[in-house]
Amino acid sequence: MTRLPWIVDTRVHRTRYTALLAPCTAIAVTIVGALILMSIMGVPPLRALYYLYAAPLSGRYNIGEVLLKMSPLLLIAQGLAIGFRAKVWNIGAEGQLILGAIGGSLLPIYFNDSQSALMLPAMVLVGASFGMAWAAMAAFLRARFNANEILVTLMLNSIALQLLYYLVSGPLRDPFGFNFPQSALFPDAAMLPILVGGTRVNVSFFIALIATALAWLLVRRSMIGYKLEVGGTAPNAARYAGFSEKQAVWLSLLIGGAAAGLAGVFEVAGPLGQLQRVISPGYGFAAIIVAFLGGLNPVGILFAAFFMAVILVGGDIAQTAAGVPYALNTVLQGILLVTYIAARLFVDYRVRLRPPAPASEAQI
Amino acid sequence: MKADVATRERIKAPELREPLLELAGVTKSFPTVVANADVSLTVHPGEIHAILGENGAGKSTLMKMIYGVLTPDAGKIRWRGEDVSIRNPAHARSLGIGMVFQHFSLLETLTVGENISLATRDTAARLAPRIVEIGERFGLPVDPRSLVHSLSVGQRQRAEIIRCLLQEPALIIMDEPTSVLPPNGIPPLFATLRKLAAEGCAILFISHKLEEIRALCHTATVMRAGRVVAKVDPSNESNETLARLMIGHDLPRSHRTAPHPGDRPAMELRNLNHQPEDPFGTRLKEIDLPLYPGEIVGIAGVSGNGQRELAAILSGETVLPALERAALVIDGNPCGDVDAGARRKLGLAFVPEERNGRGAVPEMSLTKNVLLTAHRLGMVRRGMIAFDSARAFAEKCIKEMDVRCGGSDAEAQSLSGGNLQKFIIGREIRLKPKIMIASQPTWGVDVGAAASIRQQLIDLRDQGTAILVISDELEELLEMADRVHVLFRGRLSPPIARSEASTGLVGSYMTGDFLSAESSRKAVLA
Repeated sequence: MTRLPWIVDTRVHRTRYTALLAPCTAIAVTIVGALILMSIMGVPPLRALYYLYAAPLSGRYNIGEVLLKMSPLLLIAQGLAIGFRAKVWNIGAEGQLILGAIGGSLLPIYFNDSQSALMLPAMVLVGASFGMAWAAMAAFLRARFNANEILVTLMLNSIALQLLYYLVSGPLRDPFGFNFPQSALFPDAAMLPILVGGTRVNVSFFIALIATALAWLLVRRSMIGYKLEVGGTAPNAARYAGFSEKQAVWLSLLIGGAAAGLAGVFEVAGPLGQLQRVISPGYGFAAIIVAFLGGLNPVGILFAAFFMAVILVGGDIAQTAAGVPYALNTVLQGILLVTYIAARLFVDYRVRLRPPAPASEAQI
Repeated sequence: MKADVATRERIKAPELREPLLELAGVTKSFPTVVANADVSLTVHPGEIHAILGENGAGKSTLMKMIYGVLTPDAGKIRWRGEDVSIRNPAHARSLGIGMVFQHFSLLETLTVGENISLATRDTAARLAPRIVEIGERFGLPVDPRSLVHSLSVGQRQRAEIIRCLLQEPALIIMDEPTSVLPPNGIPPLFATLRKLAAEGCAILFISHKLEEIRALCHTATVMRAGRVVAKVDPSNESNETLARLMIGHDLPRSHRTAPHPGDRPAMELRNLNHQPEDPFGTRLKEIDLPLYPGEIVGIAGVSGNGQRELAAILSGETVLPALERAALVIDGNPCGDVDAGARRKLGLAFVPEERNGRGAVPEMSLTKNVLLTAHRLGMVRRGMIAFDSARAFAEKCIKEMDVRCGGSDAEAQSLSGGNLQKFIIGREIRLKPKIMIASQPTWGVDVGAAASIRQQLIDLRDQGTAILVISDELEELLEMADRVHVLFRGRLSPPIARSEASTGLVGSYMTGDFLSAESSRKAVLA
C-alpha cells in the first residue's frame, strides 16, 4: 500500500490574529510578484513599486479613482459574502451587474429629457430588481431542481453579456449616435452627484459604505444572518433547527443580485453616463476575490476592496506610464486569489512529513 | 517468527507479575483545567483493569497519554520496567499498546479485510487467513470478505478488536466497548476479553457501567476530578459503594409517580412506511405509535435497526411526501410534510444523538447555540438578535445542568461530549415543549448527570409533556419509560407495559421474537 509522504491535519491552536495571516501573506506575495513581473518586462523594481502602489495614492485625482473603483467592488463583495457564508456560491455577479446596468439605463434612455428628482431613485430600484431577477433564475433552479448554482450563475454571465451586446447595437442604441454600439447619453438628473471636485468619485462610495454597515448588522446581529451562517457551517444543525435551506438559497442569491445590480446602475449613472458594450472591467469577478480576501467579514472586505482598487488603478497607471500589457491587472488578481487560497490551506492545516512507520507495523 | 516469541513471552509474563505499565505522578493541564493531577497506575500482564470515573474525571486524557496522543506535563510512564516517552499512537502500537475506540473508524463501503489492511502494510488477501485465525482463537467470528455496511454493530466491534489484535498488543485500551452492544452481545465480548487476559494480554477497560466492571475486572482505579481517589477490587464492592467513590456522594435515585397520560395523542404515527434515501439506511415498515401527553415511551433496540430514521422523521429533518402526510399527526393535524421549524413551532423539541454538527454548531459559542432552537423565546426583536437574553439563557442552562465549560462564550466543540449533551438537553427541556423526542439522552454522560437528566425528563412528563426516548441502554428505558417498544429491522414491536418490562422480554424482542409471535397470531386469526 503506497501512501503520500506527508500528512495534512487541522491546526488546533489559533489566535485572534490567525485570521489576518492568510490575507496579509496573499497581499505581500502579490506585491512582490508584481515587482518581479514588471522587472521581467523591463520596468525597474522601484519604479514599478511606485506605479502600482504609490501613484494610486498620490494626488487627488488618483485617490478619487481608487475610491471610484472601490465602490462597486465593496458593494458587490458585501452582497456576495453574505451568500458565501451560507455556502451559496454565486459566481454570477458580473452578469447581475450587467443586468442592473441595463435595467438602470431603461429610464434615462426612454425619458432622455427628464429632469425629475425621482429619476435616480427609480433607476436604482429598477436596476437592483433586474440584478435580483437575474440571480433569481439560479435560485429557482437550485431550490426547485437542485441545479448547481455555480454553473448556472457562471453561464448566466455569458448570456447577460450577449443580451447587452444585442441591446446596445439594437433596441437601446442611440439613434443619433452614428451607429456606435452605445445608448444616448444620460440626462443630468440620471447622473450621480460627484463628491469632490476634480475627481470622478461619486455618492456610490457612500452607499457602498452604508451597505457595509448594513452587511455588518445582518451578519453579526440579525437572525437572518445567523440562520444563513448556521446553514453554511453546519447544514445538519440548520436542518435540525428547521432553518430552511431553500430560503437560504433564495436570500443569498437575491442579496448578491441586488448588490451587483446596484453596482451596475452606479457604473452607468456614474463614470460611464450611458449604456455601452463594456460596463465593468470584471468587477463581478474581482469582487469574489475581495470577498474571500476579506475573510467574508464585512470589515475585512472593506480593506480588501481598498487594496484591490489600488492594484486596479496602479495597473492602469503602469499601463499608460510604463507600457505594460493590459493583462497585468488580471495576472495580479490571479496571483492574489491563488496565494490567498494556498495561504488558507497552510493557516487552517498543518502539513508535515509522515513519520517513518515503526518496524512492528511493517511486519504484519 | 517474531510473533511466536512474543506470544511465549506473554504467557510467561503473568507468572512473573512484573508490572507491564506503570504511571507515576502523571500530570496534564490544559489552559482552563488540570485534567490529570499526580496520577499513578500499575497494570500487570493478564490483568483486566477498569478505569472508572465520571465525565471529565480525566479518564480520556489519561488514556490519550498512554496511547501517545498527548504527552504528560510531568510524571513518568514506565513500560516493561523502562521509562518511555510515547511520542505518538504509532509509537504506542510499536511498543505493544493497542486501543479500540468507542466510535468505530471503519469505512462502510470496504470489506473487513480491506479496512484492516488500511492500518497495516499488508493486502486484504494476505491478511484474511490471519483475521480468521485470530477470530477463532478469541471467539471473534467475522468474515474478512464481508462489507462493513452489512455488519451489525457487534460484528464491527469485533473487526475493530481484530484490527487491534493483529498488532500483537500486550495492552489493549477499550473505551466504553459495551455501550454499543445489545444485552446479548456483552457476554461474548467478555468471554473474548477473559480469553485475551488468560493469554497474558492486559486490558484497560473504561466504563461507567458498574455491573460490568464488577463482573469482568480484576482491579478498578477510580478517578474523580483528575485524581485517583481509590484502587479497589470491584468484586468486593457493590454498585452503591463504587458509585459513591466515583461521584463522591450517593447516587441520586429518580423518584417517579404514576403517569397521568392525556386522552388525545400529542403525536401519533399511523402506519408509517419509509424508504430512506441513504442506501445503508433502514427501511421503516408499518409503524403505529401514539404518544400521549404526560407519558414517557421508550424505544429500545440495537442501534442500526431504524432508530436514526425514526428520529429524523419525528423531528422533521426527514420530511415525508405530501401524499403521506397523514402518517404523522401532531395534535390531530397531519404534519408529515411539515419541516422541523414548523414542528418546533407546534411545540416539538428534539435531542439528536449527534451533538456536534447537528444538535449544536461546533464553531459557535454556547450563546449562539442557544439561538439554534430557543430563538422563539423572545430572543429576536424586530429581526435582530437579543444577545443578552440568549446569553442569560445559556448561563442559566450551564449552571442548572452543571455543564463544565469555559462559560457561555466557549465554542461548542471545546466541550466534552457529555457536557455538550447536558447543554443540549438542558436547552431543549427549557423550551417547555409539548412533545419531546430524545435520542440517546445520556450517551457518554456520567452516572450522576445521567440520573439528573432522567429525573428532569420525568419531571417534564409530570408537567404534561409527551416524551419519546430512543436509547441503546435498556436499564435507562426500564427506569424511565411508562411503556417500551422495540425496533427491530425497521419494525416496531407491540408495547410492553412498564409492569411487564424486563431485560429478558425486551432482550428477546430485540432479536425479533415479536415478529414470529405476531405472524402466528395473525395465522390464528385467519
